[in-house]
Amino acid sequence: MSINPIMQKLAAKLQRTDLPKFGPGDTVRVQVKIKEGDKERLQAFEGIVIATKQGPQGSFTVRKMSFGQGVERIFPYNSKVVDKVEKVRSYQVRRAKLFYLRGLRGKAARLKEVERA
Amino acid sequence: MAVTGILGKKIGMTQVFDDKGEVHPITVLKAGPCVITQLKSLAKDGYEAAQIGLVEFVKASKVNKPMTGHFAKSNVPPVKFVKEVGLESSAPAAEGEETNGVKAGDRIMVDIFADEKFVDVVGTSKGRGFAGVVRRHRFGGGPKSHGHMFQIQGSIGASSFPSRVFPGQRMPGHYGVDQVTVRNLRIRGIDIEENLLMVEGAVPGPRDGYVLISKAKHPPRERRGFGGSGTVDPLKASKKASAGKKK
Repeated sequence: MSINPIMQKLAAKLQRTDLPKFGPGDTVRVQVKIKEGDKERLQAFEGIVIATKQGPQGSFTVRKMSFGQGVERIFPYNSKVVDKVEKVRSYQVRRAKLFYLRGLRGKAARLKEVERA
Repeated sequence: MAVTGILGKKIGMTQVFDDKGEVHPITVLKAGPCVITQLKSLAKDGYEAAQIGLVEFVKASKVNKPMTGHFAKSNVPPVKFVKEVGLESSAPAAEGEETNGVKAGDRIMVDIFADEKFVDVVGTSKGRGFAGVVRRHRFGGGPKSHGHMFQIQGSIGASSFPSRVFPGQRMPGHYGVDQVTVRNLRIRGIDIEENLLMVEGAVPGPRDGYVLISKAKHPPRERRGFGGSGTVDPLKASKKASAGKKK
């Protein structure tokens, strides 16, 4: 199914471009805007990207271990909550969705680090 | 200039984030450009309206001869989708002019909604063919177990009395391809260059379906947070003004 050229143009306009390129297997630090009363502050959420979804309504899933408990957060790429994304390091992975990491803990959940542009 | 509506096409849906960071589903409509093909007047037709057509650069041969003659009268390009929309007196000092500030052949662009917050959209819903009661009337259907019969209606009335089925009994039949109006869709963006109108929520009909977009007939009254802080309830505003005068 082809996308209407008008929708394509609109999607390009709505897409935010300030985020760096990253994908599954990358560890990222997401600066999340948090509103406390009138004030706004940033909180970092650092973890491994285990899934991404492309397109105008795309999102990415970040998983981290917090006090021995797995925590996952899904961020839409265009979300205003996401202030900044920094790529920390990259790991070698062989699939696009790393859901198998959910069942692994500790040493078993390690990945091999690689240099990726 | 006071045409209350415009013709368009449904392009598709997507989502946008607002300033607060909240996400809204939007429908993208290609609205116009339109031309006024004829003006209906109170004296001649008994009511005031403008007949407008959606300019799609159709071939002249695609329009039948009676319509070709009709368009030639007001010197407008051939159009296929023609509808009537209401007129509104733009200023109180319109002085009941016969033309009401508009004339046949005028262009209508999406900028008529520049100051509006809500629109009504009329479209033709997607066709479902001959549909059963569960889809057509949202019946509960039968049990999924116990010798199941899934999408059945059940009883349609009592037996020997009244010995007939009451009129209006909801039954399977043709569903869809009806005119459907959706009121008070909030405008989320206007692109005047591309003739696009973004409204929040869904619009009846398939993609590329024709729609009639008009200014909201009954826009929602101002409530806290609803309709934005800019909307003014005329009733409350007039009350406030009169109360102020008394003091």
